[in-house]
Amino acid sequence: MSSNWVEACAASAIDEEDVIRFDHDGQTFAIYRSAEDEYFATDGLCTHEQVHLADGLVMDDIIECPMHNGRFNYKTGEAKGAPVCVNLRTYPVKVEGGKVFVQVD
Amino acid sequence: MKRGIVIVGAGECGGRAALALRERGYDGPITLVGAEAHLPYERPPLSKQAMVSEAEPPPKLIAERQFFADRRIECMTGVHAVAIDRAGQSVMLADGRSLPYEKLLLATGATSRRWPLPGADGTRCAYLRTHDDAVRIRSALTAGSHIAILGGGFIGLELAASARRRGARVTVIEALPRILTRGVPEDIARIIDARHRAEGVALLCGKGVTALREDASGIEIALSDGDPVTADLLIIGIGAVPVTDLAQSAGLAIENGIAVDEQLQTSDPAIYAAGDCCSFPLAIYGGRRVRLECWRSAQEQGALAARNMLGAGENVSAVPWFWSDQYDLTLQIAGLPDEGREIVRRDLSDNAFILFHLANGRLIAASGIAQGNAVAKDIRLAEMLIAKRATLDPAALAQPQVKLKSLLAA
Repeated sequence: MSSNWVEACAASAIDEEDVIRFDHDGQTFAIYRSAEDEYFATDGLCTHEQVHLADGLVMDDIIECPMHNGRFNYKTGEAKGAPVCVNLRTYPVKVEGGKVFVQVD
Repeated sequence: MKRGIVIVGAGECGGRAALALRERGYDGPITLVGAEAHLPYERPPLSKQAMVSEAEPPPKLIAERQFFADRRIECMTGVHAVAIDRAGQSVMLADGRSLPYEKLLLATGATSRRWPLPGADGTRCAYLRTHDDAVRIRSALTAGSHIAILGGGFIGLELAASARRRGARVTVIEALPRILTRGVPEDIARIIDARHRAEGVALLCGKGVTALREDASGIEIALSDGDPVTADLLIIGIGAVPVTDLAQSAGLAIENGIAVDEQLQTSDPAIYAAGDCCSFPLAIYGGRRVRLECWRSAQEQGALAARNMLGAGENVSAVPWFWSDQYDLTLQIAGLPDEGREIVRRDLSDNAFILFHLANGRLIAASGIAQGNAVAKDIRLAEMLIAKRATLDPAALAQPQVKLKSLLAA
């Protein structure tokens, strides 16, 4: 189902260099807007202790888990060291008509 | 046997140090010596998730055995190190073996402060430090059981919250007039106090324990005033003490823990110490010597000691950071609030708030409480501002509309 694009939020709903939570169909995502005004999406929960990443801090390309400071590159999903060692899954994102869409499974 | 790096203490700190050595390209033998039967595991869940999970949980390992094996890290579990031969550069083990080292890291951690009152070593008394302690306490937290907890600190209060979730009756006894006197501002302690009472915990502050009497039906705890408390189990959570015996008998400098310099080197250049067992000078507070009992610090110092044993020459620069979860409340503290002279409060939505601790306009520490992680982002930004030694306008800090990130960029 590679064409399953879901509307997540208005593009303006996310501040630059920030993140919000988006829940869809029993799944939770984190949607990011970079300082360069690009949008990204990952799984919403940290791979360490299942905490919502949207409460965490975005700095440059990094989302940091609010609980134990596990860090991921939110553009690639790459885990950046202790305590996280499992990468985050990323999802394609597009912005159309001022709205952010995420391609879910 | 070829000389390598020996790490005594296989907790968060020692485990992270071993992994960091390989990540930094060290190619010699690495031996991790741990007194517990388990591979390095995370201790924070012991008072929380491990207590409330349906089934008896396994330890939350920081890495599986194979992960260490793949990196040629030898993990000796259930093995006690008994002496250090500094002249010969080797560590003596209880089973008679010795491990020669080029560099030695002491990551021996801390242990529960023992209570000297007669009876406190009885079968109905427990301390929480290890996974095995947690398994034993967990089995006592049944619906209808009565758990008494001595000490209104983090361990005691997290256990109280967990015990309530399991349906146990809980009484917390604290000798001082309020809970969380160490490092937690009164405004935040008050919220936590009220929450425990609302959850049905009997919180007895300002009461000392004068005697313990155990029999087949329970333990009777006599108080300095008021009626005695009778419980099925008494958990003693009165703090932790650094494990320094090995260092001390080897003649290393001790000062509230194994004394290290800003690069975590002990008074012997071949020996480093890191984590809960060591005290170190913290430059952001004018070189004040501190010892932290803190998961993140254990992790970061383990990695830092690893880099410095390989010659990196980096100073400790991390701002102390601490958290506690009780019920759905999360408390986070960055920095050392006791260094502050003035407090500025920032109120967020849903009763969450942050206290900024300032001295001469400089941000020294920040402490916050919320349901869930609502203060996490701001505490993290505050931590960066503390590290920058930023001087900030108190009026800006008080206003939630003023983003801390904008202050960081200024």
